[in-house]
Amino acid sequence: MTARPGEVVSSVSRVLVPIVLALVVGGLILLALGKDPLAYYDYVLQRGLFSWSGFQQTVIRSAPLLLIASGLIVAFRAGIWNLGVDGQFLLAAVAAAALAPLLITSLPSWLTIVICCAVSILVAMAWSLVPAFLKAQYGLNEIVTTLMMTFLGISFANVLVKLPFDDPDNSVPQTMTLPVADRLGRLFDTTIHSGIIIALLAVFAVHFVMTRTAFGLRLQIVGANPRAAKHAGMSVGRLTYATFALSAGLAGLGGAVEILGVWGTMRADWNPAYGLLVVPLVFLARFNGIAVIGFTLFFAILMIGGESASRRLGVPNFYVLVLVALLLIFLALVEYLDHISRQRKKA
Amino acid sequence: MNPAAGQAPQVSLHGITKRYPGVLANDDISLAFHGGEVHALLGENGAGKSTLIGILAGMQQPDDGHIEIAGKRVRITSPRESLRLRIGTVFQHVLLVNSLTVIENLMLGGAWWQKHDRKSALGRFHEISELLGVEIDPDVPIGRLSLGQQQQVEIIRALWHGGNVLVLDEPTSMLTPQGVEELGAVMRRLSGQGVAIIFVTHKLREAYAFGDRISVLRQGQLAGDIPPERLQALGEEEATNEIIRLMFRAAGEVAGADAETMVREGHGRRARADFDRSGKDAITLNHVVTRAEPGECALADISFSVKPGEVFGIAGVDGNGQKHLAEVLAGQRPALSGAIEVNGTVAAHSGVPARRRLGVRYITDERLGEGTVAGHSVATNLVLKEIGAPPFWRDGVTLWRRIFSHARQVIETHDIRTPSEHTLLGRLSGGNIQKVLLAREISADSSVVIFNKPTYGLDLQNTRLARERIIKAAEQGIATIVISTELDELIELCDRIGVMFGGEMAGIVDNQANAEAQIGRLMTGAKAA
Repeated sequence: MTARPGEVVSSVSRVLVPIVLALVVGGLILLALGKDPLAYYDYVLQRGLFSWSGFQQTVIRSAPLLLIASGLIVAFRAGIWNLGVDGQFLLAAVAAAALAPLLITSLPSWLTIVICCAVSILVAMAWSLVPAFLKAQYGLNEIVTTLMMTFLGISFANVLVKLPFDDPDNSVPQTMTLPVADRLGRLFDTTIHSGIIIALLAVFAVHFVMTRTAFGLRLQIVGANPRAAKHAGMSVGRLTYATFALSAGLAGLGGAVEILGVWGTMRADWNPAYGLLVVPLVFLARFNGIAVIGFTLFFAILMIGGESASRRLGVPNFYVLVLVALLLIFLALVEYLDHISRQRKKA
Repeated sequence: MNPAAGQAPQVSLHGITKRYPGVLANDDISLAFHGGEVHALLGENGAGKSTLIGILAGMQQPDDGHIEIAGKRVRITSPRESLRLRIGTVFQHVLLVNSLTVIENLMLGGAWWQKHDRKSALGRFHEISELLGVEIDPDVPIGRLSLGQQQQVEIIRALWHGGNVLVLDEPTSMLTPQGVEELGAVMRRLSGQGVAIIFVTHKLREAYAFGDRISVLRQGQLAGDIPPERLQALGEEEATNEIIRLMFRAAGEVAGADAETMVREGHGRRARADFDRSGKDAITLNHVVTRAEPGECALADISFSVKPGEVFGIAGVDGNGQKHLAEVLAGQRPALSGAIEVNGTVAAHSGVPARRRLGVRYITDERLGEGTVAGHSVATNLVLKEIGAPPFWRDGVTLWRRIFSHARQVIETHDIRTPSEHTLLGRLSGGNIQKVLLAREISADSSVVIFNKPTYGLDLQNTRLARERIIKAAEQGIATIVISTELDELIELCDRIGVMFGGEMAGIVDNQANAEAQIGRLMTGAKAA
């Protein structure tokens, strides 16, 4: 809500210090691998941020990540650990990829895109219904159920692409292709599609709803103390369904945006598995919608730059994940030390 | 009686005091536990029994006072140290590994570098089971034993290293009546061997049936002690009356120190203008029944009504349906059958929001468990039950500035001690959390207010403030229902007192001079004369 300047400085340094530490330790790991860390970081920055095409790639990549992140923020703030975003994302992507080429033959492209997004959202919501029901009705742990629904969802998406939605004119199992001209509009003269606008709007909307509305506060109360929510007369079950629906719907929109903006088709073996990559970012941002934008951009730079670097410098792509993991560890560590020093101050 | 009794005590506590934030859990408790004696430690939930046991078991350290074992001053710094001093403790909940066998569970305590010596372990096992007079197959997995047998294994483990003192924390809470009888036999045998047994319970009957000596704890203090000679001299009924007096009356005497502020009539009732007895009922319950859930006492058949300005008390030993009653009144729990009317409106099936619109407010006894959200600000907690409603929300959008200024005002008028309205509620003391709840629930538009154990865990000053608040609410014409396990509190505040037993209203008593005796009888399950 309202923050004093001292608090802002300390919370920014609580983020910056772990980033620097992660980069330093990550550099040591690179040294141990016989690579030059400075060259690597330099290359990643060049390719991910400072070259025009790399920057565009980074922004494009941010769109689905941000949509997934906004979905996770809704769920995590409500105390629901929806780890099934990957399944929800992928099935929504199948829906968009299957529907768009069919609709475009009879409808204008803007209407095709609107309908595809809506259907994708509904498909993702439907996929989250099972864990939502099990949680609301029987209190079953949603971490387990959403993860299992993701395993099912990935296989199911594969089956859908290979059987009912397969494009017979293509030897690779994939859906029919939406022509480039009919995909999400480009921004100005760039290759960046308008999905990033949708994603940013979603993040701001989620941030506003969670911090400034009765609905958001109710979700937070349910997340913080479900018994208090019940005591205050909230319908915990209904809020649980709403949380799952919103969270999955946003992840589903991410799937639609990725298909309608970037690929135009879906291959049976396509599964970027962004969901579990975004989870640590959302934690780093402490479920804060504005902060998550920064972390997502940072991560997208690492991803895009890291992909180039793996080809050029021979540093495996997974090294990006090592950096994120280091970041999480140092963040927790700094948090812990900060907590201790505060307690000392009090005593 | 055992010859060992009457000699120097095995364990003695001297002035044990333990404080937690906002609560004085043990207040200057001195007790002696003798070998060969079953010493029943009796008290309501929250009386300080568990803390005392924790201190004996080495899990907590007293802030003041000391412990002597066989006349020597000791410090019990860890559970291991407690075992070394030959104090064995059996906790309320079974702490055994279900998938391992009996004998494997018993061998778990050994040092990690030692090989498991099954043969000598079996020898020890048979030795102790013979001592206890129980028969358990040592090679059966724990999970297949009944709860009573599991507890016997726990007792064997507690005595494994040759215990001189056996502490049993609420051992009967999960046993069948037959299991309770068997446990009683085990305790007799052990005390016959000279072991000092500390039998912790909140059940009066068991304390009387099994205890050689009974000590009563109340609000962290030792309310009284009935030594063996006296216990034998008293008959069952006299002893029961004596224990009830200790359990529920003693604080009246203690509170006497704080009595200058309390103006009371004859038997402790606070003077107050009478309410309009001809008025219409504010709330009426007719044959209300709730669904039974495991471990909870449901309502069997409850009927009563309360008029505006009346204070209606609900007495009874904890766990006789008071929780369900409070939740049914608040709309938090559905009534299975029966009728509820609030100010003439039928409300049997309405939930919390509808009930609140009718003016019903509920101040729960679980202040942190369900009454508030510890991780949110004081300001948010003050409007917790009005989320989405004007004036703090407009079209679903939160008006934080109004919420904060409202909070500042409430903090000021209700003297809530908090650094600011942004402070997380969990940082506040118990008394201040209760002030937040009271401020939230009692307002101009409340017509029926339910207080569930309003002074539970509060210190004397906050207790007095909370009671004054209840009286003030009644004087404003609010129909007030006070649920409490403390008889003196009800006597002080109420016009009428209903006594709950086993989910039923055992009787309703006018708060007059002889009310206490009547209520005491009703609490033990005896029907009104």
